[in-house]
Amino acid sequence: MKEIFVRLDRCVGCHSCEVACAVEHSAAKSLFGAIAETPVPRKRLYVEYALERKLPLLCRHCEDAPCVRACRTGAMTQDALTRLVSHNREKCIGCWMCTMVCPYGVIGRAKEERVAVKCDRCPERDTPACVTACPTRALVFAEEEAFAGGVRRVAAAEVVQGYVTAQTV
Amino acid sequence: MNPRTVCPATTEMLKVAEREGIATAWDRYDKQLPQCGFGELGTCCRNCLQGPCRVDPFGEGPTLGVCGATADTIVARNLDRAIAAGTASHSGHAKHLAHTLLKAADGRAPDYPVKDEGKLRAVAARLGIAAEGKTTMELAKAVAECALAEFSEKESPLAWVATTVTKGRVETALKFGVVPTGIDSAISEIMHRTAYGVDADPINLLLGGVKCALADFAGCHMGTDLADILFGTPQPVVSRANLGALKVNAVNVALHGHNPVLSDVIVQVAPELEAEAKAAGASEGLNLVGICCTGNEVLMRHGIPSATHSVSQELAIMTGALDAMVVDYQCLMPSLSTVAECYHTKLITTMPIAKIPGATHLDFHEETARESARAVLRLAIEAFKKRDPKRVNIPSYSHTAIAGFSTEAIVGALSLVNKDDPLKPLLDNIVAGNILGVCLFAGCNNVKVPQDSAFLAIAKELARNNVLLLATGCGAGTFARHGLLTPEATNEYAGPGLKAVLTAVGQAAGLGGPLPLILHMGSCVDNSRAADVAVAVANKLGVDVDKLPVVASAPEATTEKAISIGTWAVAAGLPTHVGVVPPVLGGPTIARVLTQDVKGLFGGWFIVETDPAKAAEQLLAAIRERRKGLGLT
Repeated sequence: MKEIFVRLDRCVGCHSCEVACAVEHSAAKSLFGAIAETPVPRKRLYVEYALERKLPLLCRHCEDAPCVRACRTGAMTQDALTRLVSHNREKCIGCWMCTMVCPYGVIGRAKEERVAVKCDRCPERDTPACVTACPTRALVFAEEEAFAGGVRRVAAAEVVQGYVTAQTV
Repeated sequence: MNPRTVCPATTEMLKVAEREGIATAWDRYDKQLPQCGFGELGTCCRNCLQGPCRVDPFGEGPTLGVCGATADTIVARNLDRAIAAGTASHSGHAKHLAHTLLKAADGRAPDYPVKDEGKLRAVAARLGIAAEGKTTMELAKAVAECALAEFSEKESPLAWVATTVTKGRVETALKFGVVPTGIDSAISEIMHRTAYGVDADPINLLLGGVKCALADFAGCHMGTDLADILFGTPQPVVSRANLGALKVNAVNVALHGHNPVLSDVIVQVAPELEAEAKAAGASEGLNLVGICCTGNEVLMRHGIPSATHSVSQELAIMTGALDAMVVDYQCLMPSLSTVAECYHTKLITTMPIAKIPGATHLDFHEETARESARAVLRLAIEAFKKRDPKRVNIPSYSHTAIAGFSTEAIVGALSLVNKDDPLKPLLDNIVAGNILGVCLFAGCNNVKVPQDSAFLAIAKELARNNVLLLATGCGAGTFARHGLLTPEATNEYAGPGLKAVLTAVGQAAGLGGPLPLILHMGSCVDNSRAADVAVAVANKLGVDVDKLPVVASAPEATTEKAISIGTWAVAAGLPTHVGVVPPVLGGPTIARVLTQDVKGLFGGWFIVETDPAKAAEQLLAAIRERRKGLGLT
């Protein structure tokens, strides 16, 4: 199962992922069409700025997701197999329990209605729109093992380099 | 997926590029996708160091820049700066010609005689410069000085606007306070008013843009006038267009860029070097071809074939048969040097303001123009000796193209129908409905549009509906490469009324057939020629340009120059189509003013439509609306 990973050193804060997310969740699915639409298309991820670093925050689709546990109407559910956390706007009453318990603050609201909006990982796409839009490849859509494997290989090279340097001094 | 081009030669060369692993503009475009939404909407402001600021088009994030600028303010400022850049380009080209004319008049540039004295006298008379008692060179000097004076800030309106437009347009410009008094000063004013903390009123900013665009018109018109004086006013000429114009047994030299100041001299000296080219092993000697508007300039005046245009410029090198590409300025992809490195082709830059890493630079001086031109051609002959015959791939495609339709040439052709009143046949046929209206095609190709497809689709539909078609720049290049600048195209695509008119004029001109379906009026500065035709028709009819059934279309626009031309076309009163969405939609007020409200101010407006069929419909509707306004059916 592929997940959206963030390479924390890559984000330049361009907000392209946010724009692409909103466009993907519009009726027109094009920028020039989306900006004129009602309801206003909403983004589901957020480029934040902390300690002089930029990073996109988005739903991690956590195991035993607090938003699912907090939801009193059954609007928020977690797929038994994929563990994807989905939101059903028909069942949402806008009580914001999910927003209150989400540790990442990535559950927003629709502009015109009192209902939540969150990442659905772009069910109509092979690769989520935010990942495709990222010009620096800060967002990566990969299996957890593949992503961790890439990180491991870089780390391994650094460790070996350090070791070799220590040996030659 | 859309094809990258509908040009057969370009299609063939793109396969070569793929096989050879050489990246083109299309490949680089793919790597840019998706492009930044803020940039696409025009809502990114980088005009101060507190930025960059972006306004969220969906209203969730920031709605104001740090300084408080709204999306409309930011969009208007960005649009104005694009207009200023376009103006600087056209008028930089014109200023270069003015300096050349002055040097020629002073005897400092002996390689530039006045080629068209009639045009010199006509321009001088229009500007109110007395010719009596002046030698040709004294008059040339007076015109050159008048031209150079246009660049600084004067106490009076730009002569190249005030004397070239209708009285009604001057009044409209005065009414809205958009009369430019200097070309460089108009550009400078845009930079001032769009700087941090100056003009924040979106409408006032747009009016500033119009003022600068009128200065752009002055630059374009001056560019045309001075080039005609120095190099001759174009008359109809038969040539060819597309990469098939390259010759396997010749030293092929492409002249690329915009200004005829060097390229025309290269054409003049080429016969002197024929023997050297043959001695180097090129049995057919030298073969000059054009790319983009420098290509248009030498096509119009000398019948030099056009190799290709705009987005496909890199592919000329990939034929393996191009020995040198000589460039001046504007629309030169920096990638040319990278592509040239993969072949024997010598890329030669010639202008101090336009160098490309990896290219050979020969500083061009008007004082020694012919010597510079010979040096350029000798570099090409040297390069030819290194050509690898195994890598030569010249596509077999090229079409006959008739060009050279200056305003003077068109009036000349019409005067063969009616000697005393040349415009009468044109007007009579517009009134009678044989000609529904006139459309000027201008602008570039754009990697976002399958190359040439929008030009061809719209032109064929308008021709079918009896619209008289004019073209300049890379638009004219498109039509040349696809065989639409021919009498055969008239027979194939023109509606019955248009066909009859083009045939009558063609017969009177002794062509034994119709005029071409589309009249090639020259380079992008030569949009002034089309404006002259519209002004002449308006004056003859006794109405202003904003009442005429005349429209303009840039279906594949790319450059900032296209934005400045589009803006003066709208200010001239023309419904003006743009087929690529300009970065203005992020400012809702700006988008509405440009496409609707501006009609109430200047009479023209922007039609933004990416679908060629719908664009043709809207252009036809605009023409019909204008006809109705004039009481025509």
